[in-house]
Amino acid sequence: MSILTVIYALLFYVATAVLVLGVARKIRSYAKTPAPLKIPTTPAPTTAAGVRWRMAREVVLFESLFKSSKWTWIFGWLFHVTLLLVTLRHLRYFQDPVWLPVVLVQPFGTYAGFAMVAALGGLWARRWLVDRVRYISTPSDHLMLVLLLAIGLSGLAMRFVAHTDIVALKAFVLGLMRFDWQPLPADPVLLVHLALVALLMLIFPISKLLHAPGLFFSPTRNQADNAREVRHISAWAAALDKKA
Amino acid sequence: MATAKFETPKLKSYPVIPLVQVGAMSHIKSFPASGPIQKALGFPEELPEDWQEKAIAKMGELLGKYRSLQVYMDACVHCGACSDKCHYFLGSGDPKNMPVARQDLMRKVYRRYFTFAGKHFPKLVGAVDLTREVLDEWYSYFNQCSECRRCSVFCPYGIDTAEVTMAAREIMDSIGLGQKYSNEIIGKVHRIGNNLGLPGPALINTLEGLEEDTKDETGLDIKFPIDVKGAEVLLITPSADFFSEPHVESLIGYAKVFHAAGISWTLSSHASEAGNFGMFIGNYEQMRNISMRVKEAALELGVKRIVVGECGHAWRVAYSFWNTLIGPFDYLDQRYPVPQHICELTDDLIQRGAIQFDKEANDDRIITFHDSCNVARGSRMGNMAGGQFVIPRRIITSVANHFYDMAPETIHESTFCCGGGGGLLTDDLMELRVKGALPRMEALKSLVDEHQVNFMATICAICKAQFTKVLPYYGFNMSMVGGVHQLVSKAIRLGDK
Repeated sequence: MSILTVIYALLFYVATAVLVLGVARKIRSYAKTPAPLKIPTTPAPTTAAGVRWRMAREVVLFESLFKSSKWTWIFGWLFHVTLLLVTLRHLRYFQDPVWLPVVLVQPFGTYAGFAMVAALGGLWARRWLVDRVRYISTPSDHLMLVLLLAIGLSGLAMRFVAHTDIVALKAFVLGLMRFDWQPLPADPVLLVHLALVALLMLIFPISKLLHAPGLFFSPTRNQADNAREVRHISAWAAALDKKA
Repeated sequence: MATAKFETPKLKSYPVIPLVQVGAMSHIKSFPASGPIQKALGFPEELPEDWQEKAIAKMGELLGKYRSLQVYMDACVHCGACSDKCHYFLGSGDPKNMPVARQDLMRKVYRRYFTFAGKHFPKLVGAVDLTREVLDEWYSYFNQCSECRRCSVFCPYGIDTAEVTMAAREIMDSIGLGQKYSNEIIGKVHRIGNNLGLPGPALINTLEGLEEDTKDETGLDIKFPIDVKGAEVLLITPSADFFSEPHVESLIGYAKVFHAAGISWTLSSHASEAGNFGMFIGNYEQMRNISMRVKEAALELGVKRIVVGECGHAWRVAYSFWNTLIGPFDYLDQRYPVPQHICELTDDLIQRGAIQFDKEANDDRIITFHDSCNVARGSRMGNMAGGQFVIPRRIITSVANHFYDMAPETIHESTFCCGGGGGLLTDDLMELRVKGALPRMEALKSLVDEHQVNFMATICAICKAQFTKVLPYYGFNMSMVGGVHQLVSKAIRLGDK
């Protein structure tokens, strides 16, 4: 067993633990924190089913962003959809045998990689070209795009320029999942690709990537507009009623 | 009151997003509350030695009490979707008036004290210590937000800057740094009963005067009852309705509607104010205490319904928060919405044919409607989403013949704040108010040019006061603004028909 294999195996165990536990901790804190007042941004759905429909439109179509800025929407939506396709395509490294849907998505996932890199390029260009967006961009905003671009480009390089040994890679990944470690191919591009993915997993729960779980807990989006019909009261607010 | 000279922005024929002008509004500083004003609300009178510690502790407390704040501090990705949505940015070009940058004033402190990345890599994520300079920026820019929620419509995560502004003001109040205008008014509500500081006898006197005026106008005994036990309806209306122009014209309108429909009603000297500035300063207890007067008045007078007059933020508090703050309303007549907006009441009467109009009485007016931010984005009317847009317009078109809407991106949920909401309707913020009105003024201007519109109806006391003051800066007549029930008042057929 090479030292490289050990390092990467441990890296992915740690990264997975940080991602899962970190996000779970955040979700728990969002869920535990009360929303004492009804603050849906109106007009809002008046029923729970309506709220689910509104939320689905936000998650799938980025409806509010579409209303706001067509350029940001095009790049942002394209990036997320292509990221989804690329991620689905990568599931084949985690499965043996590979599910049919994952097989079917392969050609789409491959070319989605190009669109993803293009969309990231568009998002990054905005950070330089639009003076308002340039003003609000922090170093981490730029670095996040650099990180995602580097992941995308190193992935595309392995697919289209310098092939890596994906059979050995798959054995390594399956070995990680079965706690039966297999050697990792010492391909520099692959090592860079994997290290950056691990970094992305590590910073997820401490960065703005929390927008993903955050959306589901946003009171302006997830509350039904039924304040007159249903009395909404949180525990700490109810305590004030008792005191009076 | 002496404020520095400033230039009124030019009205362009189409909206232009300004280039960023760093520091353009950094000189704006609303007058801070004096020690006695702070003390009256139970806030510290001045900054204590350990204000920084106290502020961070308060922030931690609020992060635990408000999910909105916790999620909104984490979720922003700096996408810039909101960056051209705030009327104060559009009117001033100051980048800290972009919603994202305003939130970041708090977010960068949040990151420093409450997140791993900000504690260990502050430069990377733009985290800073809460220094005196940062606090001064908070005071300046969190008192340049009217909590209108336009940004939250366009944010992909629904981040609502109003929630952040409210939290910031709550934190500042808790360390003795309050705003004079809002906190003085809250003191008056508690001490005297309404925002204008109009004591009971003066109020009764004013209402008697209105009865006489209305008798002169109509020849009828139209009552303006106050503290009448056993009345059907308790009307809670902004105190500006009692004697500010054009507000009072709408009050006369409500009285005529009640008269024509034969509904017994009353005002209350105990709760002679619909406004609730507790919301503006983000203080739940204040908001609750101010609302409680309404419950006490309703129980004391034994009314069956509560109706709220034309006031934007009051309607948000009433519609969205009252059930939480002072509910349940099981002692009221459940056949009517609780609380009910005066527009819902009037619209219902119109739909049932219970009141009629001579629309020609308003023929000298070519009318448009300004959706008030708190009604549009923080509440509802009627039984369907968006009823708050339909009902006031349906009333206007029932009482007048000439109506045109402003550009679609400036009405309904995308409406622009008048520029004076959220506790900013004070002379010491005149420059901000004039600049913040720019997007609305541009939308109005194109309608004036196209259709010779000469009246902008609205259902908010703050909008009315703000536009009365600001319209002349843009070359319009101040009497262009008025209430929906001002139009109702003009056209309604009274008992003699």
